[in-house]
Amino acid sequence: MKTMFQKVWERHEVVPQTADTPAVLYVDLHLIHEVTSPQAFAQLRARGLPVRRRDLTLGTLDHSTPTRTDQVFGGAPIAIESAARQVRELETNAAAFAVELLGMRSAERGIVHVIGPELGLTQPGKTIVCGDSHTSTHGAFGALAFGIGTTEVGHVLATQCLLQRRPHTLGIEVSGRLGPGVTAKDLILAIVGRIGVGGGTGHVIEYHGEAIRALDMDERMTVCNMSIEAGARAGMIAPDETTFAYLADRPRAPKGRDWERALETWRQLPTDPGAHFDREVEVDASDVEPMITYGTNPGMTIPVTGSVPAREDDPVFDAALAYMGLEPGASLRDHPINVVFVGSCTNSRLSDLRGAARLLRGRKLAPGVRMLVVPGSQPIKAAAEAEGLHRIFIDAGAEWRESGCSMCIGMNGDTVARGEYSVSTSNRNFEGRQGAGSRTLLASPLTAAASAVRGRVTDPRELL
Amino acid sequence: MDPIRIVRSRTVVLPAPNIDTDQIIPARFLTTTTRTGLGERLFTDWRYRPDGAPNPDFALNRPETAGCRILVAGRNFGCGSSREHAPWALVDYGIQAVVSTEIADIFCNNALKNGLLPIVVDEATSRWLIGHPGVEIVIDVDTRTITLPTGVRVPFPLEAFARYRLLNGVDELGFLLERLPQIETYERGGRS
Repeated sequence: MKTMFQKVWERHEVVPQTADTPAVLYVDLHLIHEVTSPQAFAQLRARGLPVRRRDLTLGTLDHSTPTRTDQVFGGAPIAIESAARQVRELETNAAAFAVELLGMRSAERGIVHVIGPELGLTQPGKTIVCGDSHTSTHGAFGALAFGIGTTEVGHVLATQCLLQRRPHTLGIEVSGRLGPGVTAKDLILAIVGRIGVGGGTGHVIEYHGEAIRALDMDERMTVCNMSIEAGARAGMIAPDETTFAYLADRPRAPKGRDWERALETWRQLPTDPGAHFDREVEVDASDVEPMITYGTNPGMTIPVTGSVPAREDDPVFDAALAYMGLEPGASLRDHPINVVFVGSCTNSRLSDLRGAARLLRGRKLAPGVRMLVVPGSQPIKAAAEAEGLHRIFIDAGAEWRESGCSMCIGMNGDTVARGEYSVSTSNRNFEGRQGAGSRTLLASPLTAAASAVRGRVTDPRELL
Repeated sequence: MDPIRIVRSRTVVLPAPNIDTDQIIPARFLTTTTRTGLGERLFTDWRYRPDGAPNPDFALNRPETAGCRILVAGRNFGCGSSREHAPWALVDYGIQAVVSTEIADIFCNNALKNGLLPIVVDEATSRWLIGHPGVEIVIDVDTRTITLPTGVRVPFPLEAFARYRLLNGVDELGFLLERLPQIETYERGGRS
């Protein structure tokens, strides 16, 4: 009896771990981007090494890239000179090491954790790494996917392997069903709030149960994406018919006989009945309400209808509230906001955009509110435009951009000003995350869009 | 990497829990393409006021913390992003060890690659260290112990291979490259 994690781990052990040495773990897919790869390629150059498996390596540009059309497609240079240099450096490295790069003008370019699944490269049972902590997203397919540092990016480029100690497992069973207006984002915010930002440290999470099975792939990716916000390096969900239907006919998914063979293997992956997790947590989805963060880490969450908690003798908690400009006991509902961001590897997929559009259709942004809608990839942008979603956003008064990490990370020209409140569908509300002094309230695309319409934090169920 | 056995230094204390890598080095400084020079940006938004003036209340700006090479921090240090720029910035500033009751996984891995010691101690030791900023302590990688000025020696966990690499200055990539024959065998065996 084995867990899914155990099965995937054991299939990728080139050399098993011993008391003295970690395992040599094989990597099936290595995704790279411009921010965490330059120093890794420099490592290869210094040692005169090639990229060992170019066929298992794919690059994209997303973190420091602009989202303004003229800067992406020409007409204007990339406004941040150091970002432009970083983009050029990955272009140069990809050419020099003959690694495929979805370049600035590629119709397939997008956020690294959006394009892997979209292309069909993210598959059940694979090991997937990237120099980005939100690599956990890919676990939604039953892959073992985790973020690594730049030195390790160099190790994978050179050897296609990593030295790793086997982590512990944490099973999270989610029973029941999410209610109307309650999304996968609300579920994962509730889970991170429950187990805390360090609650998953040293563990790989497997999400299972009735509520997880009912989620579509976009929703499963949202859940696995934020596993790292609980400190877990990876989150996994067993592949099932929903997974297979998503992958069928994706450009880089297996075809024909290979597809049939892959399906057979994938069906063996789920955790065996009775297999043991090192820790277990139970959550009832029916209890989850639309959630929002009030503090400076993603574990500081409350229902959108709730009030900011108070804590005795906790100067760090008080400092977080002071940074956010909030008082203990205050209600966040109806709190005025300045900016709304719909995007990021957490919530920039087509169904996220549809959700936000559903609330904005025929409505306008409240006066003074700025809203950015940033699709996760160029194919998502095209698909949204084919459905006319962009018209809904633009008519409401929002800005419709090219794909990229945008306001999630504030290193590409898209930022929230000091002191401003942003309702954001991204994954981190750390101090300054969206720009120095910015105040981030993490929420679902529905809550974000509803808040944009009212100009105040709003329970989306009031507008549905 | 140079071998490391002993780090002896006074401590600088940041008692807050959950100090994330966005605080250690904000994303706007990640457009660099080198590993060096990030020390001056370390904890930028805590060290400097919005007008650029140093914040005199921040521990690293207090004159008595100059030259301190051991950072004592609250639980779950280094959570958040996988940016190796965080340990690069700490090392570039002169920090050689971080002591906390819990250190985030990816930060811990990244720190070890750069000769920055991630030292996890028990609650009581952490409380004592946070309550006594500036004391001189000795971290011994070989014996996996911290010696406090009281003479008390506290053990800390350090994975066997990490200890071996630190003590001998062994480079992980070199170790992996020596396993290329096994890697080739694995690849020939066909993957599921």
